[in-house]
Amino acid sequence: MAEAKISFRNVAKVFGAGTNAFTAIQNLTFDIEDGEIVTVVGPSGCGKSTAMNMVAGLMSQSSGEVLVDGKPVSRPGPDRGVIFQQYALFPWMTVRENVEFGLKLQKLGKVERRQRAMHYLGLVGLADFADSYPKTLSGGMKQRCAIARAYAVNPTVLLMDEPFGALDALTRVKLQNQLLETWSKDKRTVMFITHDVDEAVYIAHRVIVLAANPGRLQEIIDVDLPFPRDDEVRLSPEFAEIRNRVWRAVYHRDTEAA
Amino acid sequence: MSVVSDIAVSEPGNRRWAPGNLFWATLSFAGGIGLWWLATVAGFSELPTPWSVLTRMIELGIDGQLWLDMYASLRRVLIGFALGSILAVPVGFLMGWYNIARALIDPWIQFFRVIPPLAIIPLAIVTMGIDETPKIFVIFLAAFLSAVVSTYQGVISVDKTYINAARVLGASDGTIFARVIIPASTPFILVGFRIGLGSAWATVVAAELIAAQSGLGFRMQQAQLYYDLPTIFVSLVAIGILGLIMDRVVVRVEERLTHWQERV
Repeated sequence: MAEAKISFRNVAKVFGAGTNAFTAIQNLTFDIEDGEIVTVVGPSGCGKSTAMNMVAGLMSQSSGEVLVDGKPVSRPGPDRGVIFQQYALFPWMTVRENVEFGLKLQKLGKVERRQRAMHYLGLVGLADFADSYPKTLSGGMKQRCAIARAYAVNPTVLLMDEPFGALDALTRVKLQNQLLETWSKDKRTVMFITHDVDEAVYIAHRVIVLAANPGRLQEIIDVDLPFPRDDEVRLSPEFAEIRNRVWRAVYHRDTEAA
Repeated sequence: MSVVSDIAVSEPGNRRWAPGNLFWATLSFAGGIGLWWLATVAGFSELPTPWSVLTRMIELGIDGQLWLDMYASLRRVLIGFALGSILAVPVGFLMGWYNIARALIDPWIQFFRVIPPLAIIPLAIVTMGIDETPKIFVIFLAAFLSAVVSTYQGVISVDKTYINAARVLGASDGTIFARVIIPASTPFILVGFRIGLGSAWATVVAAELIAAQSGLGFRMQQAQLYYDLPTIFVSLVAIGILGLIMDRVVVRVEERLTHWQERV
């Protein structure tokens, strides 16, 4: 059996202790394969961001194992790129300096740094804004810059925590398409957290549905839709059918009579 | 690659003074001086006329006395302010970064903050003599206390997401400190400098009123003995102008160093 890229093995996360203890995640087990896009959906309080932070190495689990490439995660590392909902661009650096930040840490020379940064900025359509400061960018552009910054350090895993959550519906659809396009040219493993069911289905190979209180696995749903995805796929009856399945799973209506 | 065409937000509004504002400010000053002149001509008060103040200012300027006083006061403020700020930044960073440092230092700062720096003067004079040292020390204290609090506030209010973003890109603690904490807290530090310079300036004048042989405050105190109102006015105007210039310089530096900030 090929080794999974990301594995959760009986993972639990408890915050606090004693009578104030709060179980955020309980008995979570799933795999994400290499080069796969997996979306994680669920109501708030299902621990989806917590799960992602554990893969990123920003948070440790209380029990169980979180593995990347078969090795337990102990700290953040440039093999796992993270894209935050709040963009988290450094406002005191220009767009290009933001993208170069991770490359500088890898001790890359100035020329190569610049080349790589410009390459990824071109990929997300921001080449003309390389010398602008983030304050002059719109929300969508900031998030594209954050994506370029994450891509530039060449991670094998991209962790995205509701990256398009703060954007308007139109920009969101554009960025979903752009993410898929970027992915098709440069395939990485993507773990994508969202609370938007349409988004979860549209970009994913598989959707992991979590339930809340405590956070646990509800269902894993395969998305058998062809790539590349476009409006035709989005409007197809097959898409609607899968979306309805995910919707029911998220809202616990799978078994009850409607 | 499809280029997404959401448009860049325009540059934030320029907050500099428009020429129109300058016009109104000039008019306002001219009006104020006009009223002052009317009041003295009509004999409502014993204030010197604007004309006699201007004459005295020119006299003192030619005489050199005014420049010496300004130099003496400025020198104290700048030395005290520089020492206070230079110490405040590392102490503020220590307090923001290490909980133990905060627990050790914060009570002292909170305690000294509620004592007006001027109240330290009697003690400073007794223990440090009557030369420059006690005055500079008191100004140092005033500047330090303002700047240290805002530096510390700046460090603890750095958005955690920036730290996480740097960490996942592979940054060490040292890099995070140098490339994230310091720039992110710069706006706070500069606000502290601005407040610190203001309180240093206020303190120096008061300190000179109490105990000095030179400076603008000393000159006013002397003038008071001889009922020399024009000289008091000249000193007040000089204090105001110098204070305004120093404040503008800090604001300019602030604009330079934090131009990246989103301003509402």
